[in-house]
Amino acid sequence: MSTDLLAAITVFVLSVLVGVEVISKVPATLHTPLMSGANSIHGIVLIGAMLIAATADDLVSYLLAFAAVAFGAANVVGGYVVTDRMLHMFRARPAATRERGRSS
Amino acid sequence: MTDLETVVGYVFLAAAACFVLGLHLMNSPATARRGNLLSASAMAVAVLATVVLLIDRGTITTTGWLVLFAGTALGSTAGLYAARTVQMTAMPQLVSLFNAVGGGAAALLAVSHLVQSAGTTELAARVTVPGAVDVLIGAVTFTGSLVAAGKLQGVVPGRPIVFQGARSANVVLALGFGTGAIWLVADPGSLTALLLLVTAALVFGVTMVLPIGGADMPVVISLLNAFTGTAVAMAGFVLDETALIIAGALVGASGGILTKLMADAMNRSIPAIVIGGFGTGDNGPAIAAGPGAGVRELSADDVAIQLAYAHKVIVVPGYGLAAAQAQHELAALAQVLEDHGVDVSYAIHPVAGRMPGHMNVLLAEANVPYPQLKEMDEINPEFPQADVALVIGANDVTNPAARRPGNAISGMPILDVDRAKSVIVIKRSLGHGYAGIDNELYTDPKTGMFLSDARKAMTMLKGAVQALVG
Repeated sequence: MSTDLLAAITVFVLSVLVGVEVISKVPATLHTPLMSGANSIHGIVLIGAMLIAATADDLVSYLLAFAAVAFGAANVVGGYVVTDRMLHMFRARPAATRERGRSS
Repeated sequence: MTDLETVVGYVFLAAAACFVLGLHLMNSPATARRGNLLSASAMAVAVLATVVLLIDRGTITTTGWLVLFAGTALGSTAGLYAARTVQMTAMPQLVSLFNAVGGGAAALLAVSHLVQSAGTTELAARVTVPGAVDVLIGAVTFTGSLVAAGKLQGVVPGRPIVFQGARSANVVLALGFGTGAIWLVADPGSLTALLLLVTAALVFGVTMVLPIGGADMPVVISLLNAFTGTAVAMAGFVLDETALIIAGALVGASGGILTKLMADAMNRSIPAIVIGGFGTGDNGPAIAAGPGAGVRELSADDVAIQLAYAHKVIVVPGYGLAAAQAQHELAALAQVLEDHGVDVSYAIHPVAGRMPGHMNVLLAEANVPYPQLKEMDEINPEFPQADVALVIGANDVTNPAARRPGNAISGMPILDVDRAKSVIVIKRSLGHGYAGIDNELYTDPKTGMFLSDARKAMTMLKGAVQALVG
């Protein structure tokens, strides 16, 4: 087993443990934004897609890279925007205006 | 490693640290938004760093740049549009869709890497093994999430779809992707193996989610979320990018925890849900609305009097409330009561809604302050002090039968609604919940039923309370 692989697996295991530790503390109130926020984080796959696009040189790999980049970008942009939209709605006190209609 | 590559490596590391900090800030609604912005900024910086890296390497072709920009533009526009326009009730579908594209992208990465390397470089097992796993999980997540989104949206029927020979079909598919994966590891250049793996996994995603009922969706979405995280981490192993490994592991952990929480809250084991069973998503045959055996029916005025003269009211919102889009009307009613001096809080069961925490988002949208939203363990001791428990469109999670052994919901954690001094249930009909059993709460002598659509009921009650308190 190469040390590189061992290092990568170490990072993976420790990250899972950090994730469990951090996420266990998130209250149930925020579970939907948590999931959608976590969804945006796995949008980092966009970076991988960009690296793949950089080495593409024939039609098939261009098409695969295009789909991967588009998927990844939708994931990142949509995920963060919708999470922000949701979190914006959580308030400690009722809004000053008596209008209880649509916020945002 | 060039100097620039080292710098970019540190940028990725900083981004990963910001993701963790961002998740940490999510432990309170007061700081959560900042956490998300931190995470988003880190992502933006990481993407820019990648662009700089690509320019510096100079290996990317002009077509490559075109592909990159066109793909990013298309994906961003679609994602932005969906995120801006989605209704809060449709949030589970959107999260499922983002899950699908994330899983799909992770699978495409590995496919692309394997196709590009075919015939040129000999790939080691440390690339092909995670590669095969990535393709498998990513493809299953892609189609599985699409089917789940379809079920939530109502495009695909929510009831469990079981066809003849489904089980043997799944065994065949499992053999298919198993063979494909092993073959691919043994012979990384084989396109046939890759094709077999991809096809079997894609079909398996569909057959896995189709037999799962609509009511089990919170578990399924969480599980698919965990899958995507794992697939992204595997993509990190394939490309040797630590940032992907860390981010994927974080998401995998989050999905895993939520899956466990949801399954516990529904009193179902994860394997039982995946294999399929009850949780049909459609109400059972409704008993004709009207005086049922031992059920006390109330008029809007009766309910208004009880609410207006209560000191403490606990609202128990369920999916019926969300389905009727009545959260704004409920908030308006609660405001009238609060102005009259009534203490109003909300008891939220973990599986109220169609995904973890969904009900909280719906109520937050209706401008309900989050300190009033109480989790199950927090609110249950408060029920005995409540003058009225107002149950709106919730069923199984309030059924005291869960405390007894020997029925479909035995052992399921419930809200102790029956311990309140009086109970008002607002419901469209006297039909069953997902578990298909009678709710003993409805025949309790201190329970009154107000049979109506949640939205109409809220408007009527608000009018009646206002007339009463002037």
